[in-house]
Amino acid sequence: MVMRKQFINQLKELSKNVIKMGSIIELSTNEMIEALEDYDVAKAQAIIDRDMEVNLLEEQIERECINIIAQQQPLASDLREVTSIMKIITDIERIADQCADISEYIIQLSKLPRTEKPVRLEAMIDTTKGMVIDVIDAFVEKDLAKCERVIETDDIVDKHFNKIKQELADMMRANSDMVEQGICYVMIVKYLERMADHSTNIAEWVKFIVTGVLTIG
Amino acid sequence: MNNNSKFSVEDLDLFYGDFQALKKINMEIQEKEITALIGPSGCGKSTFLKTLNRMNDLVEGVTIKGKISLDGKDIFKEMDAISLRTRVGMVFQQPNPFPMSIYDNVAYGPRIHGITKKSVLDEIVERSLRQAAIWDEVKDKLKKSALAISGGQQQRLCIARTLAIEPEVILMDEPTSALDPISTLKIEDLAVELKKDYTIIMVTHNMQQAARISDKTAFFLVGEVVEFDSTENIFNNPKDIRTEEYITGRFG
Ligand SMILES: Nc1ncnc2c1ncn2[C@@H]1O[C@H](COP(=O)(O)OP(=O)(O)OP(=O)(O)O)[C@@H](O)[C@H]1O
Ligand SMILES: [Mg+2]
Repeated sequence: MVMRKQFINQLKELSKNVIKMGSIIELSTNEMIEALEDYDVAKAQAIIDRDMEVNLLEEQIERECINIIAQQQPLASDLREVTSIMKIITDIERIADQCADISEYIIQLSKLPRTEKPVRLEAMIDTTKGMVIDVIDAFVEKDLAKCERVIETDDIVDKHFNKIKQELADMMRANSDMVEQGICYVMIVKYLERMADHSTNIAEWVKFIVTGVLTIG
Repeated sequence: MNNNSKFSVEDLDLFYGDFQALKKINMEIQEKEITALIGPSGCGKSTFLKTLNRMNDLVEGVTIKGKISLDGKDIFKEMDAISLRTRVGMVFQQPNPFPMSIYDNVAYGPRIHGITKKSVLDEIVERSLRQAAIWDEVKDKLKKSALAISGGQQQRLCIARTLAIEPEVILMDEPTSALDPISTLKIEDLAVELKKDYTIIMVTHNMQQAARISDKTAFFLVGEVVEFDSTENIFNNPKDIRTEEYITGRFG
């Protein structure tokens, strides 16, 4: 016999909305890569505009979580799911913010004389994008192996970040007329590095939902 | 046996005639803790609780196997039921005040124990009623019949009556099932307060209540203890799928 039908439906709805939020940041991450390719202002602007949608969804999911806690007093795996979702959506919302922040710098770059992109930038973007996609999948499938992969990949992103930062410093030292562009790229890679951190956080929360063991630290 | 165990239960079986209501129960109940017993209706919680102060001895056709010790002493072989019950008090599922005044209900136990001095009895009655969070409601009608107060008030009166004999262990069988939310919270605060000096074992159907106030929780299912662990583990991350299904309400 199925019990607590209303509750189970509420949890399903909640999960659906988190996935919706996740698919928006997947889309934004993809478009951000395209926008950066040829400094596409219209695409960058679309990402910035979409950030609002994510904020509204976050608010809505937060309200749903609070309602579920008040009405259903979830326990055990249900409690872990609801409380973790409240944490996960802040990380998703931050990732959307960072996509928008990167887009602002893409718009700035579009107005400046072109420079060579940092050598490892493409690799860093691909790795970060992979983490975002993997961690949303990990949430949907409650897949521990995927969580571990995301957490491990964060180190690779950090290494890219440090190398690119060095490369940009060298570039700016050599070409003082490229400092503005250099700063834009430093900011972009910093935001990418933060996106990877937030993906890692989400992976930790998904692990907590599945195992009940808190390792976030 | 564990050092801090108040009750030590070993391989306890209980039969009502042919029907086995408790199956191989093993539990160490820690001193000065609140242990919550949860589980679906009919799983044996009340039976287990009553066995701890030998209330089942009086029931026709009951057979008990296994061993229960209180502070290391066998409650069946090394203690008589009366002295056991002065150390292990019980508050029942249904309020059961005696048909006498409120005052006399609370003074009943102390009087049996030979306390007759009015000032001492007055003091015990007031303290017990205050502890049970009912003093303000009955202080002006202590001589009135205990049957002429509400069910929730009767329940708190029964808690006061149990406290008046200052037992070491208090068994509570769904003590708040008939109470309004405020009185319920008062009883919960009281239980937490009391655990400084008493060991409390409480049956409850209110999961949140068990999660709020107990240190350990035992999940009973058809006469067995499925899982017995810290309350935190039971409610956040139970090991047994049956516990998980029960406390998340997926149990049909
Ligand atoms: N005096 C009795 N004679 C025969 N069977 C009994 C007796 N008392 C209880 N039982 C049976 O033993 C089982 C356990 O009963 P018990 O009262 O301990 O359940 P419980 O867990 O306290 O349930 P509830 O949550 O409804 O109070 C039930 O199947 C019940 O019908
Ligand atoms: Mg019962």
